Amino acid sequence: MIELQNINKSFGDIHVLHDVSIQFNPGELNYVIGASGCGKSVMMKCMVGLVKPETGHIKYDGRDFLNLDRNNLREVRREIGMLFQGTALFDSLTVEENVAFPLQMLSDMNKSDIHERVNFCLKRVNLVDVNKKYPAEISGGMKKRVGIARAIALNTKYLFCDEPNSGLDPLTSRVIDALLKDITEEFNITTIINSHDMKSVFDTADKIIFIYKGKVKWRGSRHDVKDALEIVPELDDFAKASFLS
Amino acid sequence: MKYNYIFHLGKYMIFCKNMFSKPEKLKVFVSRIFQEMNSIGVGSLPIVAIISIFIGAVTTVQTAYQLVSSLIPPSVIGQIVSDSTILELSPTIMSLVLAGKVGSHIASEIGTMRVTEQIDALEVMGINATGHLVLPKIIAAMIMFPVLNILSITLSIWGGITAGDLSGILTQEQFLEGARETFKGFVLFFSILKAFTFSMIITSISAYQGFYTHGGALEVGESSTRAVVFSCVMILFADYVLAQLLLK
Repeated sequence: MIELQNINKSFGDIHVLHDVSIQFNPGELNYVIGASGCGKSVMMKCMVGLVKPETGHIKYDGRDFLNLDRNNLREVRREIGMLFQGTALFDSLTVEENVAFPLQMLSDMNKSDIHERVNFCLKRVNLVDVNKKYPAEISGGMKKRVGIARAIALNTKYLFCDEPNSGLDPLTSRVIDALLKDITEEFNITTIINSHDMKSVFDTADKIIFIYKGKVKWRGSRHDVKDALEIVPELDDFAKASFLS
Repeated sequence: MKYNYIFHLGKYMIFCKNMFSKPEKLKVFVSRIFQEMNSIGVGSLPIVAIISIFIGAVTTVQTAYQLVSSLIPPSVIGQIVSDSTILELSPTIMSLVLAGKVGSHIASEIGTMRVTEQIDALEVMGINATGHLVLPKIIAAMIMFPVLNILSITLSIWGGITAGDLSGILTQEQFLEGARETFKGFVLFFSILKAFTFSMIITSISAYQGFYTHGGALEVGESSTRAVVFSCVMILFADYVLAQLLLK
């Protein structure tokens, strides 16, 4: 479980996050939605430690991420996996080496165990015969799947995905959505996805958090969204704009 | 855009300090040093060889052109060429050229990693990105630059001998007689020290410029240009400081 308590973050005069408090539960697919610039990427960066909030607490199963000592912070970081918007695969490494990278760097596994784990992760994201290829030699959808395989390689407990469907065709987007949902349930991961894609939200979200101008404007399940559209005009505008685009 | 030099000097110092942390995996770290030694050292061999041969050849011809008096024995040309090659031309010119080749490569590689979020990916994993990406490059350069410098000196003197011989300025024996006459071990030590110092300047400045790139392809290009310009200026400054300190 991840808890955000009263998170505030500013860049100069611009107040990006206003007193954000949210709870994310294990085994749930949590979608954070909102227009560009609303603060959802900054919130995710705060949660993975790339940006430090000015005030508030971020707790991973009770462990205060912002106030941990070096060793405990390393432990928490090992439980975090992240799929970046541009996949962030290492260009100089093959697909296999990319997935093996966190295992080589952060685990005590031997070579054959790493090889076995890499093959398991790649098979789990339905990738075959690409082990020796470089990221530049595979498609966008494949890169996303390699990114997911790398993110779950270390038996991740918390999975963060920043715009997992950006740059993908609708069909591949649905494949990635289904994969993220399956992985979340199968491994009981707390998954948090930043997205603009309302189709993904309506199809797969367990929990939805709508951010508007740095504040949590609405939260609920995908079954509540239709009712919410009538009472939260900003969410209605966002949903209409999303479907139109 | 105005460049705040004091701010960047402080940030550069912190960047250098952050590099020194215990590597996550020593085996991976050592293997990265060898990869970088190959890239920086072996990859620079052709350009170093070409410039060194021509430095020696041109210096010989130009020195002969200026020493027209019959009172000066031809061996003096060998002495001047070898001393200036060891002391200044090989370490400094080689480093200026490598600032262009190695420095721009490092800045654009790390800059691209930054704008494509690969450095963020390392940081999310809890890996010290500067220690993992930059320190192996600096160590590799500190090992390979002195080696390249020795090679450059050798080829430069060979270039000088060959040019002198082919143009009838002086024989190989006269050149070597002059070169041996005033040779001091300290000069060679000083030359290696310079190459060692310049290697740290080039790699750390270029890595810094790449590491703090923001934006996209255009900014990566700008970082790469800044890396070469600042490296060249700092090489010349360090060259002067070292000469002042050690050649008195």
